[in-house]
Amino acid sequence: MSDIQLKNIDKAFGKVEVLHDVNMNVKDGEFVVFVGPSGCGKSTLLRVIAGLEKVTAGEIHIDEELVNDVQPRERGIAMVFQSYALYPHMTVYKNMSFGLKLKKHDKQEIDHRVRHAAETLQLTEYLNRRPAELSGGQRQRVAIGRAIVRNPKVFLFDEPLSNLDAALRVQTRIEIAKLHKKLDATIIYVTHDQVEAMTLADKIVVLHDGRVEQVGAPLELYNSPANLFVAGFIGSPKMNFLKGTVASVKGTTVEISLPDGKTITIEHDAPGSENDQATVGIRPEHLLLAGPKEGLLKAEVDVVERLGDVSYLYCKLSDGTAIIASTPGTSEATTGDTIHLTARIDKIHVFGSDGTAWK
Amino acid sequence: MHKAKKTVSTLGIHIVLLTYTLIALWPIFLTIINSFKSRKAIFRSPMSLPGIDTFSLKGFIKVLVRSDFEIYFMNSIIVTVATLTLVLLLGAMAAWALSEYEFKGNKWLGLYLAIGIMIPIRLGSVSLLQLIVDMNLTNTLTALVLVYVAQSIPLAIFILSEFMQQIPKDLKEAARCDGVSEYTIFFKVILPLTRPAIATVGVFTLVPVWNDLWFPLILAPSEQTQTITLGVQQFIGQYVTDWNAVLASLTLAIVPILIIYILLSRHLIRGITAGAVK
Repeated sequence: MSDIQLKNIDKAFGKVEVLHDVNMNVKDGEFVVFVGPSGCGKSTLLRVIAGLEKVTAGEIHIDEELVNDVQPRERGIAMVFQSYALYPHMTVYKNMSFGLKLKKHDKQEIDHRVRHAAETLQLTEYLNRRPAELSGGQRQRVAIGRAIVRNPKVFLFDEPLSNLDAALRVQTRIEIAKLHKKLDATIIYVTHDQVEAMTLADKIVVLHDGRVEQVGAPLELYNSPANLFVAGFIGSPKMNFLKGTVASVKGTTVEISLPDGKTITIEHDAPGSENDQATVGIRPEHLLLAGPKEGLLKAEVDVVERLGDVSYLYCKLSDGTAIIASTPGTSEATTGDTIHLTARIDKIHVFGSDGTAWK
Repeated sequence: MHKAKKTVSTLGIHIVLLTYTLIALWPIFLTIINSFKSRKAIFRSPMSLPGIDTFSLKGFIKVLVRSDFEIYFMNSIIVTVATLTLVLLLGAMAAWALSEYEFKGNKWLGLYLAIGIMIPIRLGSVSLLQLIVDMNLTNTLTALVLVYVAQSIPLAIFILSEFMQQIPKDLKEAARCDGVSEYTIFFKVILPLTRPAIATVGVFTLVPVWNDLWFPLILAPSEQTQTITLGVQQFIGQYVTDWNAVLASLTLAIVPILIIYILLSRHLIRGITAGAVK
């Protein structure tokens, strides 16, 4: 059992408030990813869990034990840093065994654990090298190995892949996913890369300005974002946002007009009144090419990016809003073309003027 | 063309440095060659190397056999080693505390210690002497060690804390998460990483302490507590100076400091280039 509970966590550095009232539960064996733009407080939250930062208010429980005043080394956590933070004067073997030796573990047991971890991470032949003699990916694996040998209750990863090149990042990402399955460990992982979040997580926590915007499974966030921020952050390329206006309200049925005058109809409990502002969100991959009649939007193509399997059409609406449409295969469209786009109503998102999702 | 220019400038730098090295080494060279010559030869041709006619070990024999040189020598070594150990240990610990931990008065304490660099300790000789007398420590090596530690520690803390601030924060935090206690972090992670800076501080501490004449003269001039620099003075008389013995003892005095310097210099070069001294 290694549940983590955060209750009403506040954190301020002097007068700068970094975290506001963060509440969250992490279940045993879960892979949780904190994601958000830089400066959103995700690393701080991780460091709070690690015990490297003290909270200003709130409670942290690990295994139902209050750990607010417990030192990092007694929390049963292991952290992997963005910069790897390997001890430069020690060999890989010593780097991995350093923490264990101090805890007075049996020598054979330490050796067994280090060798086992090295095998898992394909580091056996590098055990006698120093960090300076290793490549970035190898150093990253040593940092992970140093965490594994301690058999921690919780693994904390602070942007572990951001110093690796693109190819290695994909490879290591898969390694981490495999490792999670193998170790059955509780992992909390911080990243600003939503692709990492989508691929690795059982549960994603989206943070923005020190607040939790939404918690949920990757596809849950993709399919039903709770607000504008989450909608814009999850998914690549970004969701298109269009300015809409409430055209009419009949009970819980709302008609919303789009920039070009066409309307869509949705159901919502508290839709406000006529002429209220609303934002309509449609993901690029949900926009479909259509004829002038059935098209919801009329757009002029600015740039076309053809990636082979998919083409991105960067377009402009008549009111100047830039949108992206993604079409499968190689698109025939060229700059200056006028195209008509539509989307299935169940793929369209609508957000009220306060940014929360209506649909 | 560009290459030629570069060669010329490198050559220029080397000429300047070599000239300086020659000037710096010249007195040491003179001391050593003359210590192996007879008294007459020293005065007749001080610049010439010892030859078959002029070679003499009279000075060394006098120093080693007919004086208490070994006592002075041991005194110097005890004082220097004790000072060095205390300065490096306490200095590194204080530097670590000042650079790593945030506590009230942290900055003021750092500034207070830095003042010690700006004020020469010899200005306080009178009150130091009074203090040592009050503590009944006159004519003891302890008195010298205490004063030398006080003299050397401000610069040690200053250099080491500058250096320790450059150690990445992640490294300490990784160790903390790794289950390592604060003391072990200091001894097993921080100290090994600051080795170049420690070597630098070591040399800066060592040389003035070993060469000091002032404090041994006023605090511990007794026969049993004289250091080597003071011991040499007995060969310099008001009317007659035994140059053979003076030069021989000075030559011997160079040896230990040279050995320690060679041991430390490997790290020292890295230490200076690593920006330990700002």
